[in-house]
Amino acid sequence: MPATQGIAAGHQPPVISCRQLSKRYGSVEALRSVSFDVERGEIFGCIGPDGAGKSTLFRILATLLRADSGRATVEGLDVQKDFRAIRRRLGYMPGRFSLYQDLSVEENLSFFAAIFGVTVRESYPLIRDIYGQLEPFKARRACKLSGGMKQKLALCCALIHKPSVLLLDEPTTGVDPISRREFWEMLARLRQQSITIIVSTPYMDEAMRCDRIALVKDGAFLQIEAPQSIISRFPQALWSVQGDPMYGLLKDLRRHEDIMAAYAFGDAHHATVRSERITPRQLGENLKALGYLNVEVKEIQPTIEDCYMHLTADS
Amino acid sequence: MRNTLARSAQHLSIYVENLTKRFGSFTAVDNITFSVERGEIFGFLGANGAGKTTAMRMLCGLSKPTSGSCVVAGYDVSREPEKVKQSIGYMSQKFSLYEDLKVWENIRLFAGIYGMGEKLIASKTEQTLAHLGFEAERNTLVKALPLGWKQKLAFSVAIFHEPEVVFLDEPTGGVDPATRRRFWEMIYQAAERGVTVFVTTHYMDEAEYCNRVSIMVDGRIEALDAPKNLRQRFGASGMDAVFQRIVEK
Repeated sequence: MPATQGIAAGHQPPVISCRQLSKRYGSVEALRSVSFDVERGEIFGCIGPDGAGKSTLFRILATLLRADSGRATVEGLDVQKDFRAIRRRLGYMPGRFSLYQDLSVEENLSFFAAIFGVTVRESYPLIRDIYGQLEPFKARRACKLSGGMKQKLALCCALIHKPSVLLLDEPTTGVDPISRREFWEMLARLRQQSITIIVSTPYMDEAMRCDRIALVKDGAFLQIEAPQSIISRFPQALWSVQGDPMYGLLKDLRRHEDIMAAYAFGDAHHATVRSERITPRQLGENLKALGYLNVEVKEIQPTIEDCYMHLTADS
Repeated sequence: MRNTLARSAQHLSIYVENLTKRFGSFTAVDNITFSVERGEIFGFLGANGAGKTTAMRMLCGLSKPTSGSCVVAGYDVSREPEKVKQSIGYMSQKFSLYEDLKVWENIRLFAGIYGMGEKLIASKTEQTLAHLGFEAERNTLVKALPLGWKQKLAFSVAIFHEPEVVFLDEPTGGVDPATRRRFWEMIYQAAERGVTVFVTTHYMDEAEYCNRVSIMVDGRIEALDAPKNLRQRFGASGMDAVFQRIVEK
């Protein structure tokens, strides 16, 4: 029961605690009785596609939206009753670019500082690493920044009042792989300063950068655990299969009676296999007999993406 | 010169030579040269701000090159941009369909814009809905569709008028892993029918599904080859590592 782990182990109270949170928009159940805790200094990832309910959860925690039922606290404060106090402790980076496009980098930062009644100078140590990369462009209007730089500026603005909790809603969507990696390196440094971070992402590979993750689908949390534990629970044998041509190979793998599912994974296909009935070597021979060239079959460790696809396979 | 260009362009859906775009003193696209064969799936990769969008806008006839030449589907983008627009399809994650129109209305609208006749539109609409398994959604407003369905519909609409080339600008952002893969199978099917696919993506596993990819850095194409060859050349296990090495060089 991961939701009560922290309390049971006698740690400090959780920084974020949700119990049976539900939210519905008309006939759409955006959140279905979601419960979880986040401990201080954790990076907690909500991993799932658009429409899974991640933004709804974040907006409830950011005190911008009321849940229909259930309870949520941030730093022990109730999201409904104590919303003013929460807003002083919380930095929120919404999914859509939220800064003023017509203000410069510097003006955006001063504006957010002024709103929270702080100065850029007193918060500077916290954002120095990130803002340092933007400083050469400080006079540039926010609308003229590249995707990666916009994200960095939005992160600076979310940190300007020195929050103890950061809510980052899809901070890396649409951002190139290099900026994504840099962004996660920044989060790792913030974590060292005991800032608690909840972050959502549709990129499954980013899950490995989190201490714990929730796999989210259709408003429900499917699993809440450390990424490695989720991987170790993958219930089937998983093989990587290569061979030319790849698209035909995928279709033939799906027709094979000992293969339960096959999906393209970059330069190889991943197949879940009834391994009691066939060996990688036998499958390789089968495929060569069908005329495939450069066939290679080997057993592999699943990735989070394999796990997610397995957990959501029947829907 | 023009003759060789025209001749060499015959098997090519896209032919770009020394293409450059400057905005004031800033060179967004810096003298790029490449070509894409008919029926090829070509991945157009690069960091944010590398010039991909500017290049793609020129290829689609939406922006005039500062210099260089660019022939798409047999038409020169500088001289006949309207012909180019008629011969291509375009889909981006940000905008593709009208949310407040029904499924069939979106198909009807786009097909009409591309000048297709009523009868052809009617019969192809049935075909497309059947192929997608969307018969029951004909009268559904697009905004009520799940994202994955919208994307499939947007792609079908983009190739509905049977363009020679389809441009896909980050088509799979935000969708779940299974939907992302089903979308790529649609791309494969289109390419098998001879549609040339020009696609940008930030998912490096998707770069592997392309016949060839180019990687843009600061307005230039720094690498262009089949993913397998790029992996070998850079001694990298995946396209993610290839990308990091080229962009950070």
